[in-house]
Amino acid sequence: MSPQPLLTVDGLTHRFAGARDGRPAVGDASLALYPAEVVAIVGESGSGKSTLLNCIAGRIAPGHGDIRYRDADDRWLDVRTLSERERRTLSRTEWGFVEQNAVDGLRMGVSAGANIGERLMGQGQRHYGRLREQAYDWMNRVELDTDRIDDLPHGFSGGMRQRLQIARNLVTQPRLVLMDEPTSGLDVSVQARLLDLIRTLVSRMHLSALIVTHDLGVARLLAHRTLVMREGRIVEQGLTDRVLDDPQHAYTQLLVSSVVMP
Amino acid sequence: MNARQDNGCAGPAEGYNFAYLDERTKRMIRRALLKAVAIPGHQVPFGSREMPLAYGWGTGGIQVTAAIIGADDTLKVIDQGSDDTTNAVNIRQFFARTTGIATTTRTRDATVIQTRHRIPETPLADYQILVYQVPQPEPLYKLEARRAETLKLHAAEDYALMNVKLYEDIAHWNHVETTYDYPVRVDGRYVMSPSPIPSFDNPKMHRMPALQLFGAGREKRLYAIPPYTDVVSLDFEDHPFRVESQGHACTLCGSRESYLDEVIDERGVRIWTCSDSDWCDDRRSVAGTTT
Repeated sequence: MSPQPLLTVDGLTHRFAGARDGRPAVGDASLALYPAEVVAIVGESGSGKSTLLNCIAGRIAPGHGDIRYRDADDRWLDVRTLSERERRTLSRTEWGFVEQNAVDGLRMGVSAGANIGERLMGQGQRHYGRLREQAYDWMNRVELDTDRIDDLPHGFSGGMRQRLQIARNLVTQPRLVLMDEPTSGLDVSVQARLLDLIRTLVSRMHLSALIVTHDLGVARLLAHRTLVMREGRIVEQGLTDRVLDDPQHAYTQLLVSSVVMP
Repeated sequence: MNARQDNGCAGPAEGYNFAYLDERTKRMIRRALLKAVAIPGHQVPFGSREMPLAYGWGTGGIQVTAAIIGADDTLKVIDQGSDDTTNAVNIRQFFARTTGIATTTRTRDATVIQTRHRIPETPLADYQILVYQVPQPEPLYKLEARRAETLKLHAAEDYALMNVKLYEDIAHWNHVETTYDYPVRVDGRYVMSPSPIPSFDNPKMHRMPALQLFGAGREKRLYAIPPYTDVVSLDFEDHPFRVESQGHACTLCGSRESYLDEVIDERGVRIWTCSDSDWCDDRRSVAGTTT
């Protein structure tokens, strides 16, 4: 018997206002994400990966389709019909969202410790000492120097900001993490360490993650399964190694053969 | 100081409606106030009018006072606790001239007290209404400048941001640095800005027998705390809210339990005196040391 999925997307279609007929940003996308599974969505710029992710996160109200999430109490929630308040509660408890740009996902005006503590306080934690301990713990886990707990993220490098953003999201032990290009814009050595970190955390915490990336290397390292999107449609999906080693769709073949090997 | 003051005019000034505002406007404000009382701590928008004084001088408070004041009321106006500062004197005169009602400086004699930056030291009773002048009604404003977003945060009861601010204070200064306009939670629901009163006054709002009304003229918002409502200052379990001791006594009346201002007297000497002038006068007349 196969386990129940955590998240299902069925026939999701979204067309931005003013788009030409027949060219939706996301067309008829369906996927399922299982507990403790990491799924990558790959594709070129403009292929609709981020739109798909934003629809799932509830940031865009999609035109058609079904998004269902099974919460910690084993109830199936229809994400599209959740009230604003329920969606907010979900997004600060069971879900995490790692932005491509750490500036969008962090509070730049407050210290690293406060950034990590915000979600905990949002869940009602009101003990300064314990918040502080957890902030130290998480800075260690994401390999940030704990001496900088009271520094503003403004003084942090791109890689450090991204680590802080990950700590801020994972501190409440979410069940589902959505990541939008978490490693782009960083240089390769920083990228490698960050990927390593994400992989360790995801496997230790048994997180389910949906990672949008244009970098096939990220998919190879992190994802159990990979979906390939092109012009808003999912053209191929399967186990990551199968998709990357034995691509079936012509576009996937093109994508795989376009990777530059040093 | 004399208990009741002669306003220098027999009745309301000619050509003006009672309390300056027209009746329809007063009714509109009263409707908004009813809603505000029904949802303690919730900011209710209202059609704030141009008043004959500049924003920042208490246009919100004046409109609330104008809407609720009646011919039998006795009005007291204080600014920073004092009855004789420019703002207080002018607002008191304004109402004396536009209503012809009695005014007072004695807290106990007043039925309506309009205030800026203080709550009187004398405990208020259930026959009294305290009207606050509010510059910025949104407690989340400094942390989240988007009004549309703060509305959602209030609706979702998502007040993590407020604690982020307190966390930052403790991380940097080892204690909460906010000493005025210290955010409170009203009736276990809405986080509210108490207007720029010192945090010293925060405990007085808790279960106060008097009705508390707040008016922000420029921001066009009203809110209220009904009598006997729980008002709790935000804090952490291991850093509870507390009022800092001032470490001085009033030079004039010797009070150690009132809020003190540091002033320089006519001889150039630095002294500490009660900011609530009525309280100070009272204590001195009881002690028989009135100068």
